[in-house]
Parts: sequence; structure tokens; C-alpha cells
Amino acid sequence: MTKVRTMRAAGTVGTVAAFALLAALPPQVSAQDTVRVGITYRPGVRPGLVVLPAPGLDSVRAIVARDLDYGDRFEVIALTQTPPSDAAPRGPINFAFYRTLGAALALELVPAASGGVTARLYDLGAERFQAETTMPVDRSGTGDGRMTVHRLSDEIVRLGTGQPGIASTRMLFLNEDKRIWRVDSDGAGLVPVSPAGVSAASPVWSPDGARIAYMQFAADGSKPIVVQVVGSGTRSVVPTTSGTQNITPSFAPDGAGLMFARMSDQGVSLYGANVRDLCCVERLTGGRFAENFSPAYSPDGRRVVFVSTRSGGQQIYAMAADGTDQELLVPFDYGDTGNSNAPDWSPDGAAIAFHREVGGAPQIYTFDLAGRRPKQWTSSGRNEDPSWAPDGRHLVFVSNRTGRRQLFVVDTETARTRQIVTPGSARLPAWSRSFGRPQ
Amino acid sequence: MPLALLALCAVAACGKKDPVVVPPTDTGPGSTTTPAGNPGTPGNTGPGNTGGGGDATRALAAELANMIHFDLDQDAIKPEDRPILDRKADILRANPALRIRVSGHADERGSDEYNLVLGNKRALAAKQYLVSKGVDASRIDVTSLGEERPVASGSDEGSWAQNRRDEFEIISGGDRLVAPR
Repeated sequence: MTKVRTMRAAGTVGTVAAFALLAALPPQVSAQDTVRVGITYRPGVRPGLVVLPAPGLDSVRAIVARDLDYGDRFEVIALTQTPPSDAAPRGPINFAFYRTLGAALALELVPAASGGVTARLYDLGAERFQAETTMPVDRSGTGDGRMTVHRLSDEIVRLGTGQPGIASTRMLFLNEDKRIWRVDSDGAGLVPVSPAGVSAASPVWSPDGARIAYMQFAADGSKPIVVQVVGSGTRSVVPTTSGTQNITPSFAPDGAGLMFARMSDQGVSLYGANVRDLCCVERLTGGRFAENFSPAYSPDGRRVVFVSTRSGGQQIYAMAADGTDQELLVPFDYGDTGNSNAPDWSPDGAAIAFHREVGGAPQIYTFDLAGRRPKQWTSSGRNEDPSWAPDGRHLVFVSNRTGRRQLFVVDTETARTRQIVTPGSARLPAWSRSFGRPQ
Repeated sequence: MPLALLALCAVAACGKKDPVVVPPTDTGPGSTTTPAGNPGTPGNTGPGNTGGGGDATRALAAELANMIHFDLDQDAIKPEDRPILDRKADILRANPALRIRVSGHADERGSDEYNLVLGNKRALAAKQYLVSKGVDASRIDVTSLGEERPVASGSDEGSWAQNRRDEFEIISGGDRLVAPR
């Protein structure tokens, strides 16, 4: 994928070298990457999109339509009727008819000769074909094949808006049985991940999604941090965390570093470890009787946001990844502003999500690092433990607004919110990076 | 920890070795509760709890298991709980081989992860009190279960007050306990 990125960068400069690179790439990849799309993505504006009937691809069409709806980049318009037979289409589809539904774009899905699916976008206003992509897709849209459809959905989002989608992502969470579970972004594919008979908490993804880390409640009262390979289930204990009290792991963006908090008689401090070589543990925060925990890295890996009680209650602080240059990040009024916890740094680096107690109940906040203003996103019930989607715009969090703790997703551009229904209760969610192409 | 041991843990057997610490339904509606005074942890059935020590040992073990409670988001020992801890200190001093584990708990309010920190502070508060009464610190382990194992499942002050607690369990040396003089 590095090649593609290089090509894109060079392509904007328009050098001869860029053309040489282009020629060397497979035609499919270059087509996806170089097509200029007519619709310009504008924040806050969702163009209407209609997904045309797709004979033989009903499952794929249903999943894609729902993915595009959940992605909040388009307003997906339900197709309740087909064009009247006497209205002859001009061009490949009946532009005029679909325009009357309020749509700006039409999406056509057709079986590809390769066995995959071709997705074509039409600009209904300009009455022309706009762009297409062909992906290897499991047309049954069932089981593991669903992820191939989600990847197609994300390519359609990229084709239509130039922005990343979130369909090919998953979430980890702590279920009522005290095991870590996984669920796809659309609520399908619920499956336990951590072993039965072991109580766990605070799951996180490695940056590439191949491993997860979580804390474990061991029988001897200790709390080791465990790194588990998702594919094989192989588990390893992070050095020095066996026989000690450790909580709240967080992967560094390089996938090798892991930060966590250790509780001891002297307080709670942040530690960093190298989990690629299982070595090199170092203490990063000091101070007796202060508590520092719940670290989360910035996307460039240079800084870490965390919770500290150094000023009394729990508030959001930041520091360099080596533990130096510590600062209060989110301002608060002592004795007035409620406890703030569970910070997560957005993938674009621009904001921190966290929860803060308001009138006795935690609510979801974001803190824009440029504007330095906290913004509240929830108000009904208890809402806590936000985690960013890879598009830097959606958050998954826990809410008890329906009576039991469940996962909810909020779009921080439109405030649109949806529930991900899970059996039992769901807590401490962690949103993965994309399992589609690198973004 | 030596790397060799870590390598052992890299296989699935590491997970199987760990018994369930927490009952599966303990935070949900209608969850089961642990009887008061029962440590309810693996140590309860572990080595040297009540094995053949007779009624006196059982009575002393029960006194050791008496819980203490805390105010909301506080880790200060309440005055009414001092006699409970004083009695534990007496029993510990009379039985030098005895080792215990203090586990701190929180109610369901507050952040899940902060509650682990709070439980740790509560367990440490009891440990420090016992140490101040002459018990060697190395005989007292501390752990925290945060809000993960409530004894009362309700979402009301009565339940919360029961859940903000320290539990005490015997790790070793509890086979035949001698009463303090």
C-alpha cells in the first residue's frame, strides 16, 4: 500500500515519475485511486443516495445499504418503487426517476465476471456515470463473507466522498460473562474472544487489528496484562505484569509499545513495555500516592493522554510518550467540574473523547485540541467509555439509557446515534482500525 | 519474572490454569450475591482455611473474614470499623504463620477503570491500618475487584453501601488458629 500512497502524492504534483509509477501498478488499483470524483465531500452535508435493485445480489445490497446508512456520509434513500415501464431511461439508468426520490447519487451493484461485485456510482444531476470499483466479494453475504461486503462498502464511500468508511471494522467489549467479546460494526458476528473461565477487562486492539490486549483477574488476586493473537488465540503475558496489579493497557501506534497502569502500595503509575520483544519495562510517571491510569496514545505515538488524580478528582492530562512534559489537558474548575475518565485520542489527532460526570452521571464529551473546548454529546442516562472509529468522526460508548448497559454509536458531525444490540450487558468498548485497505 | 516462565504462558495452558475469579452474572440484574462474611474467593476453598482446625479455628477465620465498609469515593477507615480491624490485627499477631489477602471493592457508580484504582486504595487503607497495629506488611496481600463483584445487586444506596467494602481471606497458615490472649 505504500506504493499506492506514493503514487497519490506524486500524482498531485503531476511529475513524470508519477506516470512511471502508475504504469507499474495493477490497473484495478490505479483506477480506484486516480479517478476524480465529481461530488466534493462537504462536512455536514449528506448527499442522498439510492441503491438500485441488484438481481442476484440481494444480501450484498442489503448489507451495503445498511453500511452506507451507518457510515453517515450519505442519506440512504429507501427504494419503495421501481421506474414505471413507460418511462424509458436516458442512458444506462433512469436518472430522472431516481432524482424525483431526492437522490443525488445512484449506486448500482452487478456481479463481476471475476466472481466479485462491481459497484457503479451515477451522478443523477449530471446524468452520467461517475466511478466504479470491482472487489472480491462473497455474494452470499453470510458468515466471514460479510467482511468482504463491508470492504466493498468502504470502497464505495471512498469512491463517492474520498473519505474512509467504517464498515470493515470491529469492536471489542467486556460482556456480562466477564469475557472479551467481538462484534462487527453493523452488530453482526458476535463472538467471544478471550478464554472461558477467565475474568478480563479493558480490551484494546493492536494498531493492525491482529492482536488484542486486556487485563485479567488472576486467581491469586494479581492482574497480569495479556496480549492475545486474534487469529490463533495464542496468549502471552506482558513482562513484569505477572503477580502484580496492572490495569488499562494501550498499544502504541507502532504495535510494539504497550502502556499500562500498575497499582502498588505507593500509588498508581504508568509503565511502558515492549511487547514485540517482551522486554524493556520502564516506569513513566512517578509521585507517591497519586494515581495515573487509562493511557491512550496520539496517532503519531509522540504523546499520551491519561487520567490523573493529582489535583483531587480524576481529570484528563497529557504527556510525552516517554513520561516527560506532563500537562493538564482538559481544563476544569476544581470542586465544580465532575470527574473525567476514559480518554481516547482520535485517529486524525484532532480531538480527545472522554466521559465526565455531570450531575452524578457520566456523559460523553469530545475536546477539540485546536479550539480547546469540551463538547457534550449525551445527556440521557449514564454514558461512558468512548472509543473512536477509524474515520475520526464516530464514537462507540456504553449507555444504560435502555435499562441495561449497551453499546451505542454516535456520529459527532450529525449527533445521529444507533444502538448495537448485544446479549447481557456490554462495557469498555474498543473500536478497531479498518480491516479493509490501509487508510 | 523470568522470560522462560513468560514463554510458558504463551501457550493456551496459561489461560486454563486460571480458575474463574468472578461469577459470570454478578453485575447483571438479579445477580447472585455472596453471603456476608464469606470471602467467596478461591482462597475460601484453598489451602489452610478451615481444614480440621475445629470450632475455635472456624470462629477466628470467620472474624478474619468480617468486612469493612466505606463512604462514596472514599478510602478512609470508618471509626466503627476500627474494632473489626483491631480484632484482625490481634488474630494476626497471635498466629505468625497466617497470611491474608485484602480485596477492595467499589459500588457501580464511578468509572469502571477508576473503580479498580479505588478498590486498591481501600485495600491499602486496611493494610496500612493493620501494619500500624504491628502486623508485618509482607503478611498482607492487596488486590482490587473494583465494581466487578457486588454483594448486593440493587441500584440504590442500600446496595451501594454494602458493595463499597474490603473483603479479607486467608491465603495460608489458617489450619489451626490460636485465639489472641
